[in-house]
Amino acid sequence: MKLIFEKSVPGRRAYRPADNDIDAPARIPKNFLRDRPADLPELSELDVVRHFTELSNRNFGVDTGFYPLGSCTMKYNPKVTERISHYPGFVHLHPLLPQLPGGEMLVQGALAVLHDTDMMLREICGMAAFTMQPLAGAHGELTGSMIIAAYHADKGNDKTTILIPDSSHGTNPASAATAGYDVQTVPSDDTGVMDIDALAEVMNDKVAAVMLTCPNTLGLFNPRIKEICKMAHDVDALVYYDGANLNALLGRCRPGDIGFDLVHVNLHKTFATPHGGGGPGAGPVGVCEKLIPFLPTSVIADKPDGSYWLDYDRPKSIGYIAPFYGNFAVILKAYIYTLMLGTDGLERVSENAVLNANYVKEKLKAHFDLPFGQTCKHEFVLSASRQAKNGVRALDIAKALIDRGFHPPTVYFPLIVHEAMMIEPTETESKETLDTFIAAMIEIAELAQSNPEELTGCPRTTPVGRLDETLAARKPDLASLE
Amino acid sequence: MVPAELRYAKSHEWAKMDGGTVTVGITAFAAEQLGDVVFLELPAVGESVEAGTPFGVVESVKAAVDLNSPVSGEVIEVNDDLTEDMELLGKDSYGSAWMIKVKTAGDADFQSLMSADEYEKFLEAEEKH
Repeated sequence: MKLIFEKSVPGRRAYRPADNDIDAPARIPKNFLRDRPADLPELSELDVVRHFTELSNRNFGVDTGFYPLGSCTMKYNPKVTERISHYPGFVHLHPLLPQLPGGEMLVQGALAVLHDTDMMLREICGMAAFTMQPLAGAHGELTGSMIIAAYHADKGNDKTTILIPDSSHGTNPASAATAGYDVQTVPSDDTGVMDIDALAEVMNDKVAAVMLTCPNTLGLFNPRIKEICKMAHDVDALVYYDGANLNALLGRCRPGDIGFDLVHVNLHKTFATPHGGGGPGAGPVGVCEKLIPFLPTSVIADKPDGSYWLDYDRPKSIGYIAPFYGNFAVILKAYIYTLMLGTDGLERVSENAVLNANYVKEKLKAHFDLPFGQTCKHEFVLSASRQAKNGVRALDIAKALIDRGFHPPTVYFPLIVHEAMMIEPTETESKETLDTFIAAMIEIAELAQSNPEELTGCPRTTPVGRLDETLAARKPDLASLE
Repeated sequence: MVPAELRYAKSHEWAKMDGGTVTVGITAFAAEQLGDVVFLELPAVGESVEAGTPFGVVESVKAAVDLNSPVSGEVIEVNDDLTEDMELLGKDSYGSAWMIKVKTAGDADFQSLMSADEYEKFLEAEEKH
């Protein structure tokens, strides 16, 4: 397929404005005028429509097919949330309105959405208050790490280190380091969860926090999580809950009740708002009572008459971390989703997410290595070690799945499993879809025995075949205009 | 098989003692696990390194990991050829793919590393995952 620039024909136009017959001097100062015309593609409107329609047909998303990308919770995004979020009353709001004198009365509906989403997340997570501002999961982690630092600074604690298990999301150590902390990795034990004895060895007065994903990236819930929280609290360290895997726990247990002090929630995962190529995320951060003073400004507060306003007078706050109030439309979609499902619906989400993951795991465990075989939560990790002996690696299996109409699972993560394939089906997939995927995986496992070369040449059905990722990384050739 | 004359760290670096100088690289197992390496960051000559802490970063198409120094001391030589031709890591892990040479005081760090036998047993245990 040609680039849109290659389709350009000089002089061709999609739209021609009327000729300018007014003899008025140009009012744009000369130093702001271009020396030469912008190098834009010149096409008819139909050319443009066909170009982008063709591109969209080559895309793959949840609306196209099964997307079991582990730890990304690629569940279906209900279209009703799109429709409501496009209501003119939301779309045409100006974000500065609530900051003008009296302006907050013009945006009570939007403030109510932010306020009520905060209240629902408090109930779901067992936390005392949320900031809705963080724009993504990792942004939530950074916000949380800054709140941790502010808490310790306020108490005069001398803390240097954040402890993170070796199965964590890569963003955890990055967020902790960006906030100025040293990162110490804690290994996993033989059952795939954080080794509590190894944790005890590194737990001391210098520890500012423990950051945990729960269930972890192997889809395993740490049965000793309460002990871990207590060990941290005994040295006045805080415990941070990375909510990437919250889909497994919805309505079943609450991080705040377990003992977590901070939590971020990936609205774009657990609460079904579009992500990946489909839209921006949102990573609201919830805190326990003693951390409320450090939340970012502003926070939504309510007056005795039931109306809402933005409170900027927060002397201990870590300050601004996002423009305005976060990704409002994303929060709005999560709000609609939560109201639509209700308590019963959210409980069924986690129930079916866990059931689907265990169903696929049990069907595949005879065909692939399964390093940790216990009942999993919302996802599980297979190893292609057995297939690798025949020259078929996790990457080859991922590419073969593309030819069979599936998005590949997450591969080579977590790093503690060789040839890892991390599969998260989510609750929105039917048994028929899961069975089709299982059949494809079994067929691939059999091909890895009988005809491995067949797999190392995949994908064959896509516009481009196997790309040279190594060359692309070593010698990046980024398309850019001269 | 791993070379018998070298010593090994749990994070898969090898070390070779030659007088007071220790040559450091990563094992063939580590190179195999990483796959094609696309980025390598090594320290400059004159920097000091500490046993068990990172001296550089290696990034492949699969993962980015710290390179941990098996010994403490001062970097006296860096393999610039390797940063030019990173494929050496998979081809000649214990030879031309050495990374840094470190001037050490004493050999306590070196002696506490695993022997070739111990490292092979360690790899077998790792393989189970």
